[in-house]
Formats: sequence, C-alpha cells, structure tokens
Amino acid sequence: MGVVRLRIEVTVNGTTHTSEVEDRMLLVYYVRDVLGLTGTNIGCDTSSCGACTLHVDGESVKSCTMLAAQADGTSITTIEGLAKDGQLHPMQQAFHENHGLQCGYCTPGMVMAAVGLLNENPNPTEQEVRIGLEGNLCRCTGYHNIVKAVLAAAQQGAPA
Amino acid sequence: MSVTEAPTSAIGTPLLRKEDPALLTGEARYTNDLNVPGALHLAVLRSPFAHARIASIDVSGALQQPGVVAAYTGADLADAWAAPMPCAWPVTEDMKNPPHHPLAVGKANYVGDGVAAVLAQTEAQALDALQAIDVQYEPLNAVTDLEDALSDRVVIHDDLGTNTSYTWELKIGQEAVDAAFREGGAAFTVKERYIQQRLIPMAMEPRAVVAVPQPFGGDITLYSATQIPHILKIMTAITLGIPEHQVRVVAPAVGGGFGSKLNVYAEELLCMALARKHGVPVRWNEIRAEGAVATIQGRGQIQDIELAADENGKVIALRVRLVGDMGAYLQLVTPGIPLLGAFLYAGVYDLPEAYDFSCTSVFTNLTPTDAYRGAGRPEATYAIERAMDALAAKMGIDPFELRKRNYIRKEQFPYTAFSGLVYDSADHLAAAERAAELAGYEAVRAEQEQRRQAGDTKHLGIGMSSYFEMCGLAPSRVLASLNYGAGGWESATVRVLPTSKVQVVTGSAPHGQGHETAWSQIVAAKLGVSPEDVDVLHSDTAISPIGLDTYGSRSLAVGGIAIDMACDRVIDKARKIAAHQLEAREDDLDFEGGTFSVKGTPDKSVPLAGIAFAAFTAHDLPEGVEPNLEASCTYDPPNFSWPFGTHIAVVEVDTETGGVDLQRYVAVDDCGVQVNPMIVNGQVHGGVVQGIAQALWEEAVYDDDGNLRNPTLLDYMVPSAAEVPSFELDSTVTP
Repeated sequence: MGVVRLRIEVTVNGTTHTSEVEDRMLLVYYVRDVLGLTGTNIGCDTSSCGACTLHVDGESVKSCTMLAAQADGTSITTIEGLAKDGQLHPMQQAFHENHGLQCGYCTPGMVMAAVGLLNENPNPTEQEVRIGLEGNLCRCTGYHNIVKAVLAAAQQGAPA
Repeated sequence: MSVTEAPTSAIGTPLLRKEDPALLTGEARYTNDLNVPGALHLAVLRSPFAHARIASIDVSGALQQPGVVAAYTGADLADAWAAPMPCAWPVTEDMKNPPHHPLAVGKANYVGDGVAAVLAQTEAQALDALQAIDVQYEPLNAVTDLEDALSDRVVIHDDLGTNTSYTWELKIGQEAVDAAFREGGAAFTVKERYIQQRLIPMAMEPRAVVAVPQPFGGDITLYSATQIPHILKIMTAITLGIPEHQVRVVAPAVGGGFGSKLNVYAEELLCMALARKHGVPVRWNEIRAEGAVATIQGRGQIQDIELAADENGKVIALRVRLVGDMGAYLQLVTPGIPLLGAFLYAGVYDLPEAYDFSCTSVFTNLTPTDAYRGAGRPEATYAIERAMDALAAKMGIDPFELRKRNYIRKEQFPYTAFSGLVYDSADHLAAAERAAELAGYEAVRAEQEQRRQAGDTKHLGIGMSSYFEMCGLAPSRVLASLNYGAGGWESATVRVLPTSKVQVVTGSAPHGQGHETAWSQIVAAKLGVSPEDVDVLHSDTAISPIGLDTYGSRSLAVGGIAIDMACDRVIDKARKIAAHQLEAREDDLDFEGGTFSVKGTPDKSVPLAGIAFAAFTAHDLPEGVEPNLEASCTYDPPNFSWPFGTHIAVVEVDTETGGVDLQRYVAVDDCGVQVNPMIVNGQVHGGVVQGIAQALWEEAVYDDDGNLRNPTLLDYMVPSAAEVPSFELDSTVTP
C-alpha cells in the first residue's frame, strides 16, 4: 500500500498553484498545510461543523468533504481571499457590526457559507437564513447575531 | 436600560470589537495554525474499554511504521512525572484522589484513557501507527451508574477501597429542617429527583498543543488552546519538575472553552515531556471524536431536593442530596464543581436558616467531569426552579405567584443569606415582572388553558426561571474556607507609553469574550484616551506573568476592577508630575477628559500625553517620582458578584409526537453596569442556547459498558441556527 502522489493545479484566491499531493489528502489540509492558508479551520471529522467551508468555483463546500485531488482545475476562494484592498467584504463587515462572532473559530466557515447563501438567495427570510446555515455550528453566539448579520448584509445587497 | 456614567464615557457603549478583523479574515492564529518547523506529531492510543487491566503493551509494531520516531507506554514514561496530574481542589481533608498520570499504567479506567503514545513526522503517520500497537486488555466490569458506583459493587481504584471520593455537607439550622420535614411539620412539602445528564463541551476549536523546547536556552514554551495559561504554567512546572521560571505558556487565539479548557491535560504534559526528551518541538491536535472522551465533560449529578413551605407557600426549609459523578479521575477542579452550587439551591428566595445540603461524589468508569458553563451553579438553579414549579403545582397556584411570595425583596438588600454569604443588591420582582411583561405571561397562560380545555393536540408549556449566580470568582478567603488551592484575585498593569498610547497587561485570558475591547473601554473612560489607543496584552506568561485567567465569570468583575484601580494609580502618579509642571498643589488639580487643569483656571492645564512624555524623558520630575508612567494592581474581591434575572420560555409540545417547538424566549438579566452592552447580549445569547440545548437535546449517552454512543457532531446534538429562535432580551441595573 504505497502512497500515491498526484499533481494538481488549483487557483486559490486568484493565484494558481501547481502541487503534488498525497491521494488521500483532504482539500482542507491542502489549503492549510500546503498553502499555509490557516484561516480555514478544522472543527470536526464528520463534515458536521462547517468550520472548513470555502468556495469551489463559487459554491460553498465543506473542504473536509473533498479530496485535494478533486479540486484539480478549480478556482477556490478561502476566507483570506474575501477582503479586498484592505477592506472587509460586506459580509465580514456585517458580522463585525452585528457582533456575529465571539471566539471566531467557526467564523471563516460561517462567513463563507453566508456569502454562498446570499449568492443563491439574495433576499432570504430569517427562517431561510437559519436553515441555510444549518451546516455550520457555532457554540458562542447562539446564532442570534449571526442571523442578524446575514440579514443585514442581504439588505445592503452584499455582492458575492 | 443600560447605564451610561457620563456622556463622554466609553463605558456603556456598544463599541464594535477590536478582536474582529483578525478573526473575520482568517488572520488570527489558533494553536493548530502555528507553523513550527521540525515539530514531531504526537498521537495517543486510547483505551477502547471503560475498565480493563492492561496485561501487556507492545509498541514495536508502531516503530516499524513510516515516519515514526518513538513510541511509549505509560510505564516507559513513569520517570517523566515529578508529580501526578494536579487536582487543585481537595474539598475535604479525607477526600480520596487516585494517582493520575498522562498515560495509564496497569489499568485503563475509562474509554479514552491514554495507554500509549507515538511520535511521528506527520500527524497522519502518528495516527496510522497507533493501529500497530498491540495492547492486551483484560476487561473488567464497568461502573457507569452513580448509584451502582455508591454501592462499591465494583471498586475502580483498588487502593482506595471505595468509589466514594468525598462527602461534603453544609448544614444550617438542622432542627428547623427536621421540624419542617417531620410528619405533620410543614403545610406543604415536595420531594423531587432531577438528573443532570453529562454534557460534552464541544468548543468549536478542538484542543491543540505545541511544546517548543530550548534545551540549551534552558526553557520550554507551551502553546495551548487553554483558558488558563497562568495556572497551567505553575501546574506543568510542578508536574514535570521543571523550575517554574523556565516554563512559558502562551494561549494563542482560543476558540471557545466553556470550562473545558480550564484544565491541565495529559496531552499538554506529554508534549512537554517528549519535547524535552527529544529536544525538538512536539505538537498534538485533538480530533473531535477523541475530544469527546479525552476532554472533560460537564454536569453529571443526581439531585434529590426537598422543599418545605408554610400554608402560604413561603419556603421554610430545604434539603438537598447530591451524588456527583467525578468520572474516572479528579481533574483540576473536578470535586469542587457540585459544591459551587451548594450556596445556590435556595435560589432567589428568602430561605430562613434551615438548609441541609450534602454531596457525595463518586468515581465512575467514564471521562472525568469538571467545570462546564456555570459549573455547579446552573445545576442548582435548575433544581430549585423545577422544585418551585412542583410546589406551585401541589398547591394549585401559579408558579409566578409562588415565586412572588418567596423572592428576597428589594428592600432586604444587602441580604445575608442562610449560608452567611451577603448578596449585595437585586430586585428580583422587577426583573421577573419585566420578563413576564415581555412574554405576555398572562396571555400565554390563558392560551395554555384554552388549548387544554379545547383538547388541542398541541399544548403550550411555559417555563419561568429566576436566578442568582455566584460570580466574580472569588474572594481568596472564601476560597480558603472551601479548601481551594489558589486565590481568586486578578492582576493588571496599565502603562502609558512615551507617545501617550496605552498598554494594558491583564491576567485574564479571553477566548471569545472580547476582553481587548471591553478592557480598552475601561481604560479609555478612566484616562480620557480613545479605546483605539489602548492595546490589551494577555495570555502569554512572558508578557503577562501574573494572573489567574478566565473562568467562573470573573474576568470583568475581578480583572476589570484591577484595571480600573491600576488606572487610578497611574492618574495619582501623573497628578504629581502635573502638579510639578503646573506649579500647583495636587489637590488643586482636576483630571477630566485626559487633561489635568488647575481648579478655577482651566487654561492652566497639561494633557496626560505631555505627562507621559515627561515621565519618559525624566528630565524634570518632582522629587521622589520615578521615571515612566505605569502602575499595577492586584485586586482581591471582598465578595462575589451576584447577577440575577428571570428567563421565560414558551414552547409548543405536540402531544402526539412529543415534538417540542421553542416559540419564545425572553431573558431579563441584571449584571450591573454594562461596559459593552453588545458584548453582554452576545454572552447571554450563547448561554441561553447552551441551556436550551441541555434541556432539549444534549447528552453524552453511554451504554452499560461505558462506551460513549455519540462522540461526534453527527450524533451529539449541538444545535444549529435552524433549531433555535431569535431571543428577546432586556436588562435591569440595580444599584
């Protein structure tokens, strides 16, 4: 049972990387350990918590559910790629203004999931936000202010 | 209804958090994010049996695996420990505390007990190699039930001869208690049993450890996802036999704790011991399902509570019997947790001196318990509030009406409780009435009755809970009376830099609470500077050498006051320099908005900035005044702080399916002056959801053999946004 290494080409936050990865390497480990983008967090091993959510070709993905090899040829955005020109993304700003984070560990995944949610449904109701974020767990905030933040971002027409 | 001291004050402002940008952009570094070249990865092999003799362990197979550098059994490392893992709270003189080491020797006592360790080049290699370790276990009967544990049918720790660790009592007015519960004594009595199920803390950040040795530099740095860098420094130094001044502990960004990171863990000690042994950094990341058994769990009690009341429902005596589940070993403060509730079983009620409390705590073959979300106090509140509802039901009166007859009244404060503790201030009735008003209490009661009459299959449940919480841990002398192994003070240094920016060094160790923001607000209000010009340093014992960390709702109530008092000392010193510069007497100076001015001559003034620079150059300081502008304070509180309030929940219960739909949740809390009401509300939201989750969903479910049935986030029900509603909050401030 030898280790199989695969060559992949992935564009992450606008930069194209060519890497050799172990076949069993999950995308979250690729992003964290190979590219050093540690904003994407690991909170579980059952794809339950959503802390590792990022965008693959514009869609929210729990990066522990995907092999790095499967990301070959895709374009990925991580939390580090969201703020532009030193300015927080409107969703990040909304989380800030609505106190939608405390310890911050779920936050990168939560923000990426929230951006993904508004991409699909730009004007969600409170209940749609709650159901839309079901796959992302937070232990600190009780979700009250997260929901408020996402609704505020939607109202401001947050771009993707 | 938050309080603002003065229009210019930063206190009471919902200032946005300065912690946020780094956390929102992924820039913040948690322990697992640290890039440490050359680090070996630790993996721990854990017992799959709750109770088993370890006949043999053969690690040779692991040593053949790719990347493996070393493998150890508990026996191999016996010499690495100068002392057993610490329990800092020997609650009674005769408390039984079995020796506890980072790897078990001879016997495994719970599923998850570490039995062997591997060091490898990568995390995956270390984990893979665990499978090549051959352990021969001889399984024994497991003790998983508290009453079974009490029976000593199976004794877990042979040398102790019993599973009982201790019995702790608080008996006040025993005759009055006996009289009330005697046949024909009180007009009404109720006797209830409640089960506090075990909970898994599940902080979103799993634990993580990196130990970096400097064998020639003579010290070691421990990075850990911990709430207690200061306590951890002392305890690891003692356990490993390293001089304390050679240990530095850093808590980088920490992703929540809820008490679970208030401990000294085997993996911290293993990483440190092996880093020293191998002379290279050693790191470990907890896997979620591993953490479910290897990190402490919360709660775990049987509560028997009896209330006696007179014909009007006035409670006249209270008897409480607890059985506390310690788990297999005593962790840092395990035995004290049930006792933190001992003073709160009378809740917010005017109980006369008639209180009979006893707690017997036992070992089980389960993960050790310890502090979690309120630690003993919410358990007490739960029991007294449920018992009050039971009493109301027995008397046939409204539960709110019964509470009204029993609340300690506003005019009784400061109130000396049955226990001798003094409650400083509260207005329970006002908070409860406000909550009732917000919830439309009368209307939901009417609807509840109407649905019952109509035979509706969906009934309404209305829960009301009034509470006091013993916070601000703690007056050191009170801790001494409880046999706690440390004090309860907190330390702060406030330093005005030459360019008038301010550094605050705090002994508190935040992990989500927003201390950097709130502490900045305190300093800004005191010194008349902008909160942005204040930098709060914390959680690194090289920067903040003195402190007692963050737990027990203590950081603002104790640490915040230390900062406030250190600011006063800075102002005192600055006043001397200002008086010298302005050629005025110190008591002729006003200090406001960051400027000293001569009373009656406001244009004769000097800003703090000017004084800071003068203190730095030291060219012209008054006689006896040392250069630089900084002061420290260590504050030991004279009393606990006593926040209180009333929460009301309205749920719809489907009587056909048993489904519960939480429809309304109203919380009215009084924590006194709020430094940052936005942060306070955020804390309430999070606490409420964890409380709801205990009531409705969360439980560490064990089978009779001591196997945890739900160790992952797939099957342990941490609620998501979809399960909970938004909340209606209000607050009161009672001087």
